Amino acid sequence: MGQITLRNVSKSFGATTIIPDIDLEIEDGEFVVFVGPSGCGKSTLLRLIAGLEDTSGGTISIDGRDVTGEAPARRKLAMVFQSYALYPHMTVAKNIAFPLKMAGESKETIDRKVAEAARVLNLTNYLERRPGQLSGGQRQRVAIGRAIVRQPSAFLFDEPLSNLDAALRGTMRLEISELHNQLKTTMIYVTHDQVEAMTMADKIVVLNAGNIEQVGSPLELYRSPRNLFVAGFIGSPRMNLIEGETAARHGAKTIGIRPEHLSASTTAGEWKATVGVAEHLGSDTFLHVHSDGVGPLTVRAGGDIGAHHGDTIFLTPDATKVHRFGPDGQALK
Amino acid sequence: MARAVTTQHKAVATIAAWVVAFLIFFPILYTIITSFKSETEAIAGFNLIPSGTLESYVEVQAQSNYFKFFLNSVILSVGSTILALAVAIPAAWSMAFSPTRRTKDILMWMLSTKMMPAVAVLFPIYLIFRDTGLLDSRIGLTIMLMLINLPIVVWMLYTYFREIPGEILEAARMDGASLWGEIWYVLTPMAVPGIASTMLLNIILAWNEAFWTIRLTTTEAAPLTAFISSFSSPQGLFWAKLSAASTLAIAPILIMGWFSQKQLVRGLTFGAVK
Repeated sequence: MGQITLRNVSKSFGATTIIPDIDLEIEDGEFVVFVGPSGCGKSTLLRLIAGLEDTSGGTISIDGRDVTGEAPARRKLAMVFQSYALYPHMTVAKNIAFPLKMAGESKETIDRKVAEAARVLNLTNYLERRPGQLSGGQRQRVAIGRAIVRQPSAFLFDEPLSNLDAALRGTMRLEISELHNQLKTTMIYVTHDQVEAMTMADKIVVLNAGNIEQVGSPLELYRSPRNLFVAGFIGSPRMNLIEGETAARHGAKTIGIRPEHLSASTTAGEWKATVGVAEHLGSDTFLHVHSDGVGPLTVRAGGDIGAHHGDTIFLTPDATKVHRFGPDGQALK
Repeated sequence: MARAVTTQHKAVATIAAWVVAFLIFFPILYTIITSFKSETEAIAGFNLIPSGTLESYVEVQAQSNYFKFFLNSVILSVGSTILALAVAIPAAWSMAFSPTRRTKDILMWMLSTKMMPAVAVLFPIYLIFRDTGLLDSRIGLTIMLMLINLPIVVWMLYTYFREIPGEILEAARMDGASLWGEIWYVLTPMAVPGIASTMLLNIILAWNEAFWTIRLTTTEAAPLTAFISSFSSPQGLFWAKLSAASTLAIAPILIMGWFSQKQLVRGLTFGAVK
C-alpha cells in the first residue's frame, strides 16, 4: 500500500515561504511526477514527504496514518537521490544490503534479497565492486536496488536522471517505467524535464513558486492546460502564445497554439511568415518563423518541407486546437 | 622562450625550497651531530664532524630510565588522542551537519582558547591537579593534553565532515540508520582519511607538548619532554648529553612523521585546494 495524502502542507525557511499551502492526493500504485522550473519547490515537497525536512504546517499521511512528525525511516519510503548518494566505502552488495541490515534482517534473508535485486537490475556481476568503479547508469541502478530491497510503500525519486547523458537517460527512463509496471508500487518522481514527466507519469503535478498549478494525466495537461504557466511548460517545443489583435479576434487576452497544430504551406494560408531558423530533424522540421502582426512562432512541419532561412511560408492554425486565456492567465471555457 | 623561463623559475623555486627545508631541519641535524660528540668536543665550538662516540647515549641511559619516559610519552599522546576523538567526532558531526546560528561562534570561541597564554592558567590548573590528586598521574595529564588539543581536533574533523555530501547521510537516514548508525556505519568510515590525519597530528602535538607535561609531572607520569629537561642540570649544561637525550626523545615521532607524511600533508592541506 502507498496512498499519500497532503493536507494544507506548508514550508518556510525563516521568513522565506517555499510552499504556501498544498493539498494533494496520491493514490496507491500511481506514478506521480512533480514537474516545474528550478526553485519551484518540487524537491522540497518531496523531502517533506520523505521526512528529511519538517513541515511548517499541515499534515502528511501515508495509508491513512499521520506521519507528519515521524522520522524518515519509520515512514517506510525509499528514496533515490540525484547524486545517487551511494556509500562509497561499501561494495555494491553492501550498499544494497544496508537498509536490510539496519532493519535487523537475518544474513540469509539479506543475501537472498540482495541477489534478487541484483538480478532484476542486472547488477549480479558487479556486486563486489565499489561505487567508484561503476558507470553512471550502474550507480543509478545500485541506488534503485537499495530502494527496492526494503519493499517500501512508495518510492521517491529526486531528479534521478539529471546526471546521466541523453542516451542513458532514455534507457533509464524506460527501466524505471518498467520497474513501476512490475512492482506496482507508488512512485513519486521529481524532475524539471517535462519530457520525462510526459513519458513516465500516470499523473503530473505542475508546480510553480510552491503552488500547484494543475494536476492531471499527461494528456489532460497537454490538451487542456488550466492556465498560461501550464500551457507554456507542458509540450515540446513550447506552445506559441499570441497576444494583441489576433488574440482579441478569438475573444481572449492571449491565445495559445501548439507548433504541431499549425499547418505550413508554401502557397497559401491564414498568416504569412518569414522563416528565421529551420531545424531539420529528418522526421520533423521545426521552423522558427516571424509573422507580422502575430509575432515569433514555432511550427512543426513534415520532414520533407523544403523551407530555409528567409523563405516565405503561410500558416493556418487548427481552429479546434486554439487555447484561449483571459487577462488573469486562466484558460477560458 | 617562455618554456626556458618556466624551467628556470622551477629550478630557482626548487633550490629555494631545499634551502628553506635545510634551514628548518638544521637545528635537528646539529642536535643529532652533537649527540655523537664528547662533552669536550661539544663545548669546543661549531663543528659539523663528530668523533662518533656513543658515550653520551650510554651516560644518558645510565642516569635515567629512557624507556619509562618513552612509555609515558606513548601512553599520554595516544591516550589523549583517543579521548579527544571520542569527544570531537560527535561534536564535529553536530556542527557540520546540523549547524545552528551559533555554530561558527562556538568554533571561534574554541579556537580562541588556543590564543590564551598557557601560563595564565598555570596556577588554577596546578591547584586543581594538586587538590584532586592528579599531579604526576598519567590520567590527569592525558585529560590535560586532550583538553588543550581538543579545539584543533574539532576544527580539523569539522573541516573533513563538511566535505562529506549531506545526501549520503540523508540516504542512511532513509535506509533506517539511527543517529549512531549513521555516525558508525557511514560517516566514520568515509571520514577515515581525515580522522587518521587528525589522529597523527594530535599524537605529534601531544608528544611534543612541554609546558604542561614538565610542570604537572615529577617522576611517575613524566614523558620524554621532562626527560630532556632533566639534563639541563644546575652544574651547567652538558651539551652532548642534552643532545643525546633530545635525539632519543624526538626520534620516535620523527620516524612516525616520516612514514605518515603523505597522510599528514593531505590532512593539513585538506579543504584548502578543491
